[in-house]
Amino acid sequence: MLPELGQAALLLALVAALLQALLPLAGAAGGRASWMAVARPAAYAQLALLLFAYAVLTLAFVQQDFSVKYVADNSNSLLPMVYRFTAVWGAHEGSMLLWVLMLAVWNAAVALWSRRLPEVVMARVLGVIGLVAIGFLSFLAFTSNPFLRLLPAPLEGHDLNPLLQDPGMIVHPPMLYVGYIGFVVPFAFAIAALLEGQVDARWLRWARPWTNVAWGFLTLGIMLGSWWAYYELGWGGWWFWDPVENASFMPWLAGAALIHSQAATEKRGSFGGWTLLLAIATFSLSLLGAFLVRSGVLTSVHSFAADPGRGLFILAFLAAVIGGALALYVLRAPGLPQGRPFAAASRETLLLVNNLLLTAACAMVLLGTLYPLLADALALGKVSVGPPYFGTLFIVLMAPLVLLVPLGPLTRWQQEQASRPLALLLPWLGLALALGAVGYFMAPQGPLKTAVGVSAALWVGLGTARFAWSRLRASGRAFTPEMLGMVLGHAGIAVFLVGALLVEAQHVQREVAMSPGDSARIGRYEFRLEGVERVQGPNYVADRGLVQVFRDDRPLALLHPEKRAYASGGQIMTDAGIHAGVFADAFAALGEPLGNGAWAVRLQVKPFVRWIWAGALLMALGGFVTATDRRFRRVSANSPAPRAGARGGTD
Amino acid sequence: MAGNRHLASAVIAAVFLGLVGLLLYGVLVSDRSDRDVLPSPLIGKPAPEFSLPVLHEPGRLVDSRELLGQPYLLNVWGSWCPGCRVEHPVITRLAETKRIRVVGYNWKDEHADAMRWLEQFGNPYWLVLVDYDGRKAIDWGIYGAPETFLVDAQGIVRWKHVGPIDEAVLERDLLPALDAIGVPR
Repeated sequence: MLPELGQAALLLALVAALLQALLPLAGAAGGRASWMAVARPAAYAQLALLLFAYAVLTLAFVQQDFSVKYVADNSNSLLPMVYRFTAVWGAHEGSMLLWVLMLAVWNAAVALWSRRLPEVVMARVLGVIGLVAIGFLSFLAFTSNPFLRLLPAPLEGHDLNPLLQDPGMIVHPPMLYVGYIGFVVPFAFAIAALLEGQVDARWLRWARPWTNVAWGFLTLGIMLGSWWAYYELGWGGWWFWDPVENASFMPWLAGAALIHSQAATEKRGSFGGWTLLLAIATFSLSLLGAFLVRSGVLTSVHSFAADPGRGLFILAFLAAVIGGALALYVLRAPGLPQGRPFAAASRETLLLVNNLLLTAACAMVLLGTLYPLLADALALGKVSVGPPYFGTLFIVLMAPLVLLVPLGPLTRWQQEQASRPLALLLPWLGLALALGAVGYFMAPQGPLKTAVGVSAALWVGLGTARFAWSRLRASGRAFTPEMLGMVLGHAGIAVFLVGALLVEAQHVQREVAMSPGDSARIGRYEFRLEGVERVQGPNYVADRGLVQVFRDDRPLALLHPEKRAYASGGQIMTDAGIHAGVFADAFAALGEPLGNGAWAVRLQVKPFVRWIWAGALLMALGGFVTATDRRFRRVSANSPAPRAGARGGTD
Repeated sequence: MAGNRHLASAVIAAVFLGLVGLLLYGVLVSDRSDRDVLPSPLIGKPAPEFSLPVLHEPGRLVDSRELLGQPYLLNVWGSWCPGCRVEHPVITRLAETKRIRVVGYNWKDEHADAMRWLEQFGNPYWLVLVDYDGRKAIDWGIYGAPETFLVDAQGIVRWKHVGPIDEAVLERDLLPALDAIGVPR
């Protein structure tokens, strides 16, 4: 009975979305206040209905109701309780439900915090979100119903994909989805602005915190995925340029560009049209990501089953949303006012270069991801595009960006003497290069990579600190949350560079055959295999190694690398034993038994690898902190709209 | 200025339509229950000749002629390929039945990664051939991993599958294909 109610709730949510989209948009066009007033209640109703549907599906997992097909396909009676909660989003249908729930949360949040918006803007923004919700809700209800019955009910279900039975996986998809779908808000603001026919600084001021928060969540989601791949896949790598990773990375890059261009447009009125286009592009890339992962267009890539019906549906939806938005843009953008002129040496120029590089990187990832399909379509022969393409091009595009990061905040708007920020930063550049040279001679291996890594990270770190210092010293000028967020984000880049570049230069890996009692040494670390035992997990059996790690001959940690065989399906999973350290991780993974109690063991020492995720965490934090700036909430609906760019006061 | 705008609009429209067209093509191709329904030009023809190194014995080269006399299944994989991980238990179970020799074709990989992969997930292969620059793969028409070819005792390609082999593909396509060329159960 309950699953049927869940399904009914989905359909009612679809009705609410229809009301939320059609009435307020028509009301805004015709000036009918009562129609516009439907938007908020409809948004709240959607959230309530979807929360209910989600709770029903969760309950079906907890109670192991195998008469629901989705439950039977993705869990069995051995599945531990905590994974019954997370199994809800373990496959296509449930993760779509989570997706629309996240959309409803953003929707309700906009409804709640849009009281200061003029009624017409609010109606248009919520109306556009409603249109998007219609698409996803009908996709869910008509092609991917998670409440389908399986009668007669089987006695036992299959299992949740073992890859997903992991704490890191519990939070990774929700974070990612919050980020992905959060870009609907800047998108809706952009469409509302185009419908309005003007970009005033106000819509940007309202849209900015939403963009920052969505981007922050996306950063967290990608970070968790990378961390999970690091310890669960047992490879010790942290990024693979897998098409599904790329699908989340494209909106991240576009979102990073959007954050910067929104700031420029809000403060200076510069490149307003570009900012609108970028808001559309960022959300389009989120939709494209959802499409690529779920349509089966790139097969043999990820776990969601291919279904042409779903693929066509979501493609039609994608084409309608993106095509409609772009058509509106092409029609309306030429009428937008131009921003103030700016000199070649100015912060505007730097932001433009930032946007150019981030967009180019995004296009590069898009091309690489779709190229196999393109080559197939044009009968150019069959190709695969791998890390060499992505890695090389990405470094080429990001290196100039890293060089420019410290300059941006120190450069004035509109016009700047190029020598001033350069003079401020020169000593720090010198220090960064000098310490890089020290790294060159100190490094036990990979001296050149070490030197580049140290210099690049210090250049960004010191340059950002230089800006923060000069702001703090300058009396009478506030250090706003917006500025703090920027400093945190840029510091995050520095920390990330330490991790990414030094782990590349300094990591050591050895494959050794070890019998109990044997030791192997890597630099300051010594690994001793104490033994391997057979353990029984809830739904798997595992060989669990006991590896004692010493650093400088003092005991450091006891690692338990596992090799699990899951009961249903027989999939083998490795669970590496990792001792996490601020300056290095010690990593052991079990390979094959070699007979006579000996095992193949893979040992790694990964210096600074934690800094990769710490850096991402700082960037996300930067996004969140920026969003708390009161300035974004200050303008009341009644005050006259300041002309775009009229407020440049916060530098 | 106006000319620029028309140009910009045209570029936006072209990119958009190009992308939609490409994705539509992708959906329509994925529509076929199995992408290799596009019949491989190799089927019914002799397998390409090759001479490839062996993963576990660097230095030894295996010639395609050495494989004649008994049918074999050529399974293209790489340690970097998630789909290969998915099909690995199925391939392993098939190999354990000893019904047919399963030859691994380690494609665009690194030696250490490939060894580690086999070490971790188990090695179901009778023999693993190595093609790291992917030059021979072109002759086979390999365009993704995993991909699997069935070659009969005379060296003729009899069946091909693109994408992971799951239980359904095994039961529906591969086992009948084995029966069809008379591989004893």
